Amino acid sequence: MLQPSRHLALLLLTLLAVVISACAPDRPTTKKATLLNVSYDPTRALYRELHAAFADHWRATHNQSLEINQSHGGSGKQARSVIDGLEADIVSLALAPDINVLHTKANLLPADWQSRLPHNSAPYTSTIVLVVRDGNPKSIHDWDDLTRPDIKVITPDPKTSGGARWNYLAAWGYALRAFDNNADRARTFLAALYANVPILDTGARSAANTFVRRGMGDVLIAWENEAHVILEEFGSTKFEIITPSLSILAEPPVAVVDTVVDRRGTRDIAEAFLHYLYTPAAQEIIAKHHFRPRDSDIAAHHAADFPSIPLLTIEDFGDWDRVHKEHFADDALFDQIMTARR
Amino acid sequence: MLDAALQPVPRKSRSILPGFGLTMGYSLAYMSLLVLLPLAALALTAAKLSLPEFWDVLTHPRTLAAYRLSIGGALIAALLNTIFGVIIAWVLTRYTFPGRRIVDALVDIPFALPTAVAGIALTAVYAPTGWLGKPLASLGIQAAYNSTGIIIAMMLVSLPFVVRTLQPVLEEFDPELEEAADTLGAGRISIFFRVVLPALTPAILTGFALAFAKSIGEYGSIIFISSNMPGKTEIAPLLIMKRLEAFNYPAAAAIAVGLLAVSFILLLIINLLQAWTRRSASL
Repeated sequence: MLQPSRHLALLLLTLLAVVISACAPDRPTTKKATLLNVSYDPTRALYRELHAAFADHWRATHNQSLEINQSHGGSGKQARSVIDGLEADIVSLALAPDINVLHTKANLLPADWQSRLPHNSAPYTSTIVLVVRDGNPKSIHDWDDLTRPDIKVITPDPKTSGGARWNYLAAWGYALRAFDNNADRARTFLAALYANVPILDTGARSAANTFVRRGMGDVLIAWENEAHVILEEFGSTKFEIITPSLSILAEPPVAVVDTVVDRRGTRDIAEAFLHYLYTPAAQEIIAKHHFRPRDSDIAAHHAADFPSIPLLTIEDFGDWDRVHKEHFADDALFDQIMTARR
Repeated sequence: MLDAALQPVPRKSRSILPGFGLTMGYSLAYMSLLVLLPLAALALTAAKLSLPEFWDVLTHPRTLAAYRLSIGGALIAALLNTIFGVIIAWVLTRYTFPGRRIVDALVDIPFALPTAVAGIALTAVYAPTGWLGKPLASLGIQAAYNSTGIIIAMMLVSLPFVVRTLQPVLEEFDPELEEAADTLGAGRISIFFRVVLPALTPAILTGFALAFAKSIGEYGSIIFISSNMPGKTEIAPLLIMKRLEAFNYPAAAAIAVGLLAVSFILLLIINLLQAWTRRSASL
């Protein structure tokens, strides 16, 4: 049992502590900070390393320990989770529309989010390549081989997998080039390609599983970084990467979620982290994980890992809104192709 | 539903047990939080559509194909599980054999298995390159990436519902009834069909209904073993996911409401059938 005088002393001490801490706002804060980066499936290993590197950097420069947590899943599902209240300080998703909906559906960030950072807010890029079985037994070299009747193609459903929209657009872009922008012939090409798809997995990871472990199909359409992961995991003696004559620049963007960082007071750290992604140190980690770095010096240093091929960009197709309306909306081109298959 | 099948119908209209108000209050509050409120939210989301729009979503050829596949597949899976579930429950309750407890425990595995794990495991076995899929494929039977695979996944996840519903009823079933029938000269087959089976029918119907309900809502395991082709092997829950992915929440909710309505009607018919068999059994 405490005596009244000791109660008073404790109270005074507590008050004193409060006053002191209030009087010293510019004292270096030692409170541990946490961030949540909500990302998509294939970036797990990349961000584990980037988060650790930035936490070291932040501790060295700001004398504050930092923990960045990460959440991974299908890009579209992750976007919906953030809209439904998952407190993401940062989002790093597979394609711009998945971040754009955070503005249009929930106003969590401003409309101009993509111009706040260099390179369309995409600190790394990738492209779409073809993975075939060892020795390339069906001699697949380019997109037009995928429409041959003897070929089975594994690619996820662009309706459920954001990443697979890049696969689809790369093939569409190739067809438009090959047929002098004749949309009808490009459409026939795409219909022939998707007629060769026996299984539409819901995500990139399960498609890779179907191709690699279940042995289904002759060719897997995959992100370049994922293709390298497959080769690392299963040995380059079982699979080969085929770089097509034309592909697409996949730009997975990053953004700070304004309403979350303002409420949590984490804007400074979150923004610093996103800027850090463009530094040579981070770009080196990015290249190590088989994403294409934006930094030209680092890119030049890794030129052997990233074959130089002509790459279309989303601007070649208008913009995402238009692409969505023409291709991926309900009953748009992709649905028409799949329905016509019956 | 399960309890109703296992317990005798109380004849009394007023219970002598105290605490009705309290327990009923808790039951209603609990049910509301877990079941009724989310269902209301679903209905509200679907109500954002006008009636013609709602009808268009439900009668879209792709929605109809998905319903046919989900409902038809669930009916087949539930039927097969009912037949084999009865046999498994019979073996587990009527015979003692080494390893019976292990088999008994194995029945519950599908309850505990994460559905994605179930799907990947099934695909590994039944895919044309899998242990079972390969010999089957050489016989010209494809057991994965088509509706067969979907039904296999449904059967796996819903089997325990049939077995666990039937087991207690079989354990309670008085062997003297069979002995009496035997002494009265009934053959073994006629004892099973005329004495045992009628007593089991209400529980069998409950097991069927539970297996059907579980199968129709299954998503996680099926998407791995199905080829997910629109209009062919696209189950209704996957179509709902695709509508969600396109941020078309009202259409997703409408498809779900339609699926729930059909399931509800089917379950209601099964319940009525069950009440009828119980009445005719007690006559």
